[in-house]
Amino acid sequence: MNNLSKRSYIVAAIFVVVGLIYIIDLFRLQVMDSDYKQSATNQVLREVVQYPARGLVYDRNGELLVYNTTAYDLMITPREVGEFDTLLLCNLLDITRPDLEEGIAKAKNYSSYKPSVLIKQISPESFALLQEQLYKFKGFHSQTRTLREYSYPVAAHVLGYVGEVNASDIKRDTYYKSGDYIGQSGVERTYEKQLRGVKGVKKIMVDVHNRNQGSYLNGAEDKPAEIGKNLVSTIDIDLQLYAEELFQNKKGAVVAIEPKTGEILAMLSAPTYDPGLLVGRVRGKNFSQLQNDTLMPLFDRSLQARYPPGSTFKPFNILIGLQEGAINNATRIVCNGRSSSPIKCTHNHISPASVIDAVRESCNPFLWNTFRSTINKYPTTAVGFHVWSEYVKRFGLGQRVSTEFYNENPGLRPTVEYYNRVHKGDWWQALTVRSLAIGQGELGTTPLQMANLAAILANRGYYYQPHIIKEVENDTVQSSFSVKHETGIDAQYFEPVYEGMRQVTIARLNRSVPGISYCGKTGTIENNQGIDHGAYMAFAPADDPKIALCVYVEHSKWGASYAAPIASLLIEKYLNDSIADNRLIYEKQMMEAVLTDPHNPELAD
Amino acid sequence: MPRRNNILANIDWLTVGLYLLMVFLGWFNIYAALYSDEHQSIFDITQQYGKQLMWIGFAAVLALIVMLLEDNFYVFFSYIIYGVFIVLLLLVPFIGKEINGARSWYEIGPFLFQPSEFTKSATALALARYMSTHGFKLQTPKSLLTVAAIILGPVFLILLQNDTGSALVYFSFVLVLYREGLSGVVLFFGTLIALLFVLALVLANLTLALIMVGVALIMYLIFNPKLKQFFYVAIIYALSIGFFVLLNFVVKTSFELAQFILTGAVVGSIIVLYQSVRNKLPNYTKIAIVFIGSILFTISVDYGFENLLEPHHQVRINELLGIESNPQGAGYHVNQSKIAIGSGGMWGKGYLQGTQTKFDFVPEQSTDFIFCTVGEEWGFVGTLSIILLFLVFFMRLIWLAERQRSTFSRIYGYSVAVILFFHFMVNIGMTIGMMPVIGIPLPFFSYGGSSLWSFTILLFIFIRLDASRLEKLSG
Repeated sequence: MNNLSKRSYIVAAIFVVVGLIYIIDLFRLQVMDSDYKQSATNQVLREVVQYPARGLVYDRNGELLVYNTTAYDLMITPREVGEFDTLLLCNLLDITRPDLEEGIAKAKNYSSYKPSVLIKQISPESFALLQEQLYKFKGFHSQTRTLREYSYPVAAHVLGYVGEVNASDIKRDTYYKSGDYIGQSGVERTYEKQLRGVKGVKKIMVDVHNRNQGSYLNGAEDKPAEIGKNLVSTIDIDLQLYAEELFQNKKGAVVAIEPKTGEILAMLSAPTYDPGLLVGRVRGKNFSQLQNDTLMPLFDRSLQARYPPGSTFKPFNILIGLQEGAINNATRIVCNGRSSSPIKCTHNHISPASVIDAVRESCNPFLWNTFRSTINKYPTTAVGFHVWSEYVKRFGLGQRVSTEFYNENPGLRPTVEYYNRVHKGDWWQALTVRSLAIGQGELGTTPLQMANLAAILANRGYYYQPHIIKEVENDTVQSSFSVKHETGIDAQYFEPVYEGMRQVTIARLNRSVPGISYCGKTGTIENNQGIDHGAYMAFAPADDPKIALCVYVEHSKWGASYAAPIASLLIEKYLNDSIADNRLIYEKQMMEAVLTDPHNPELAD
Repeated sequence: MPRRNNILANIDWLTVGLYLLMVFLGWFNIYAALYSDEHQSIFDITQQYGKQLMWIGFAAVLALIVMLLEDNFYVFFSYIIYGVFIVLLLLVPFIGKEINGARSWYEIGPFLFQPSEFTKSATALALARYMSTHGFKLQTPKSLLTVAAIILGPVFLILLQNDTGSALVYFSFVLVLYREGLSGVVLFFGTLIALLFVLALVLANLTLALIMVGVALIMYLIFNPKLKQFFYVAIIYALSIGFFVLLNFVVKTSFELAQFILTGAVVGSIIVLYQSVRNKLPNYTKIAIVFIGSILFTISVDYGFENLLEPHHQVRINELLGIESNPQGAGYHVNQSKIAIGSGGMWGKGYLQGTQTKFDFVPEQSTDFIFCTVGEEWGFVGTLSIILLFLVFFMRLIWLAERQRSTFSRIYGYSVAVILFFHFMVNIGMTIGMMPVIGIPLPFFSYGGSSLWSFTILLFIFIRLDASRLEKLSG
């Protein structure tokens, strides 16, 4: 080995040193540094949110009320948008060029890397046309969403609507992301957690051109969306449909309850609207139109309108009197008609009147005497009044009777404290608050509470919380639905009240139901702005009540004119399935009556 | 026929085995780099991996032909072969086929071949022939000029075709010349200048300054390992650099910290130089001079780059060195390549499971960046294995070259080793960001008929020469 051949070691050493440097650098790159793994993941993985279908809503007989339909959002990823035919896109989407440009600017403002929604809720028909051409628009893609669809254009207030989440929704519940939908009223809002299901996520891989290259790890890390739970409502859709038909061109409310369970059979606020109006791309426009409507269709009278109960409350004052021993079945009270004091009686009836007469004739002097005796039985007005007020509380007034409606008005129930405050001391007495005796004054009830009162009568002294949902798929309903609420009135005292109310219903053909003996009570609500409102409260059949309801018809002058016939038709429909031939004339009358006219001051609120 | 048997017995089957192993590993990785659901068969000849198998088959035929020829053929025809390829290189700009804007390919029937690929073998043959001439002395000016002409001739012609990468390969012959007697100083300074030039542009000034000071101190320690003297030298540097660093924080100037450190190093080196001359320490004198020279060179490269070059030249050099982070340019390639390799981790994602290469994030993933697929799918274990495989292969080639009796065979053998090594160094270095992005393939791994055939011919000529090494007397 000559001197130069030793240089082979130097050459070999150079090779080895370079190799070692690379090995060390590769160790740093591949084993020590985790940044590159993160970058690789970021480049390749896209998380695609899987939106679950919202739960369906059925009526009490299994009829489908609310279901889903597919709509498409057109998404845009601004960074990837190339040159495209703006005119073609505008035509396909049926929007103007400034709209499109504004949408793109907004998307850019949000993020040029992340996709955002450009056009929401494109119908399947329009989307079919768009999809054929979508390949021409680089940087645009579609996302499937579900929208609500309704089998019948009714029960809008009960079912409620779904809308996009706002900033405070997102802040309150991190489940929601901008652009998600949330139930905003009615059942959709109350049962949002059950209906919405759980969003899923699908991890897909994309190539350098952002093209889908299939699922990541064969979907091992995917989380499928869980579809929302289906609900069975207590609503009887036939009864609901019939009620809405009867209430055409009228303002008012109906609430019908199955007394033995508290299940709401029908619930209506008129005027109402087609729930389908608040779905899809037309929602915003329709919503503001409904909001500006002078008849206030978005206002839910069945839960939010507070009427003085009027005469419909009289049976309850009598029941309190009977329970307290202030009166009994033998009590007879002289009625001096219009010259009665301190409250006159406008009805001509036999005198002295019994409990039955008083209920049937709605006799004010009888009620006043009963009320005074109840209060004055006790050493002071305050103690006596407190006893009375506690009965009223147990009747469900002055508080929300339901736990399902976020917008329920609690109504009004006067207390001792209230009058002490108003009258500054203890010098007020029964006489001072005498209007309470006839259901006027500081009493206020919503139609829901009134229907609940009807259920209390039907049940002879107790009620179950009125509710709208009876079953949740794979889940339980609220336990409060099965709590029995006692009112403290013994069942025996209901007999004379029933008799009086039954006699009310047989007086006239337009409110008697063939083959059914039932109990009813009219009421009139004074209206300072125009014609008085009529109310009617009833339950049927009298011996085994299956339906308890109240009907309010605004500007109908008396309870007898519209509210009572409508209630009788609802009872007949529910119990007999059809209206007897000889009563079809009344059905027609009721349906055709027009009691709304924005130009008639008499019909103003 | 006994002769034929003799040859078969003398073939270095280990080298042939390593060659086959690398070629087939390359084929599997090309398949993995391009694998898609539509084309699942590795034999699908509409895809590159299917074609690569055909190229491998053809390479085997070429290897066989190379082996069947007499060993003297390569010696006698070396100048003629060299001459033919020089002519082919000369003519290719005029009669070649244009691909990707470069007219550097010949089309023969269904085959495309790039003369510059094969010129490497031809140059190695001519160089071996010239340097094995009886009485050859590398040190004479005439020899040096002739050797330079043989090597730089093809470089010049290839540069004319704008193929910088292929041209740079020829500088690897410096190592062959070193083995044959070129002064180590030339190798050392050549390497130092090239290294400093690149580092001055690539590294941040501060990093470079610290590296230079560190290297200088290590040199002092190695070349005169007397701890006491080294201790003095270290103190001198520490004090002078410390002074200037302190000055940097006291006096407000427009100069950077790195420049203060280098100034300190220069002052320190002058002191060391003075002391070493007085105390007769020639090694310390040399190191101090080289250190001062290196610092001045580095500063002048930086200065020259910033002030003398036109902006568009700066951009080109930056891109070549992978400094410019132009998303469409070299910076993007290197970044994607590092992401792919880095994401492989220790054990890799598994065969055919790579995403960065398959989904086109890495450009040229089957040719110049094939190493990314190895890194991504086989992890550090895979890259380590491939590098060790290459190192074993190179060691074997050096060992084979050294055992030749004929100078011709030895020089040719070294040429094969350094040419393959240069490709290996630049190709892998570029995928991990340590080398500028120069488009040259990884031998035996990268997709492409022309490069595979040229490497095969290059290697098998040597295997053929080695097989008959015993028949020759020392040349």
